[in-house]
Amino acid sequence: MSKPYQLHVNGQTLDVPDPVPGESLMTVLRERLGLRGTKTACSEGECGSCSVLVDGELMCSCLVMAAAVTDRAITTVEGLGDDGISDIQRAFVECGAVQCGFCTPGLIVAAHALLDRHPDATTDTVREELAGNLCRCTGYGRIIDAIHSVAIARRGDRP
Amino acid sequence: MVAVNHGHPMTSDVVSLDRVDEIRGLTLDGDVVRIGGAATWTLIADEPVRSTVPALAQAARTVGSPQIRNAGTIGGNIATASPAGDSLGVLAALDATVEVRSASCTRLMAIPDVIIGPKVTSLEADELIVAVHVPVVRGWQSYAKVGVRNAMVIATVGVATVVNEEARSVSFGLTSVGPTPLRCPDAEVAACEAFWTLDGTPRTPTARDIGHIAELVMEGAQPIDDHRSSVEYRRHSVGVLAARHLRTAARTLREQ
Repeated sequence: MSKPYQLHVNGQTLDVPDPVPGESLMTVLRERLGLRGTKTACSEGECGSCSVLVDGELMCSCLVMAAAVTDRAITTVEGLGDDGISDIQRAFVECGAVQCGFCTPGLIVAAHALLDRHPDATTDTVREELAGNLCRCTGYGRIIDAIHSVAIARRGDRP
Repeated sequence: MVAVNHGHPMTSDVVSLDRVDEIRGLTLDGDVVRIGGAATWTLIADEPVRSTVPALAQAARTVGSPQIRNAGTIGGNIATASPAGDSLGVLAALDATVEVRSASCTRLMAIPDVIIGPKVTSLEADELIVAVHVPVVRGWQSYAKVGVRNAMVIATVGVATVVNEEARSVSFGLTSVGPTPLRCPDAEVAACEAFWTLDGTPRTPTARDIGHIAELVMEGAQPIDDHRSSVEYRRHSVGVLAARHLRTAARTLREQ
């Protein structure tokens, strides 16, 4: 047992009671804070299903020690979008980019990071930036289409 | 972290260096880039490293995925001392210096003095890699890597080539074909003679020169058979990458 601490998740400050030394941010989010949108799959950084934003940077939460990020702003898939669903989430639904859905939360978080960093992303950029997220169903085509449609819509929204 | 996830309990206290800004950034100081030990690959793949030490930025871009590049650091790459560490061949070829600090002293060490075996370093338990000093070299440099696919791949073979116009020297740093990152002294001498005449005048290496140098690079490799590849494939790939680098270097420098 180590000392209790707090995490800043999706704009809220949350207590982490009875933490186990060294446990990952992924474990704390899911098992202690009940945020199950972040998925557990490989637990070694290969698949991207547990992707979250730490101070806006895309990370595998399985590779982040929770107690090391107590002063950082953590955003999970539950915290994206102002009115509960973001433009990227809507585009995934509309473009048929979701099949079994297990990889989807990680991909949605990665897509947010990608378009924040590269608003004018080309297909090559999208492919390179999504390299850390595995999807075993879709073949990626519709995921890339969905992200493209958001990039275009966002550009159109600009004055 | 992976070991903890797979059920190995944390056995000792952990000190997080996450908030030590002094070791997270990088600074360009004249002809040296000082890269903090905790600088991430994302930082290293971008400016100013991209235009001052392009081979290192290229190596950084081949590491893992965006998620991994936001978390992984150059100090971690050195301290892990994996034979497949992407930055290690580049740092060896550039004669980079590792700044190692403990409570009592600071040591400046060459890469071969730090990495002494596969996953073995000469660092003491109380020492920390605070920075890597990487020289900015005028000339041509690149890192090329072979893996089973483009993304998220550990190097089967990596070759870093540096043509230093100021020192009139050529160096090769090989990754994943030896217990530690390797230099190729014989190939480097031959390459030097191919890029400059004895009085120091630049010349363009011939196809025959390049073939000969690539042979010497292949002889300098010490590959093994393992789950990732074979001795034959690795030795062959090293020659292909070195020859490709030399052709591009020759063309680029001629056109300048």
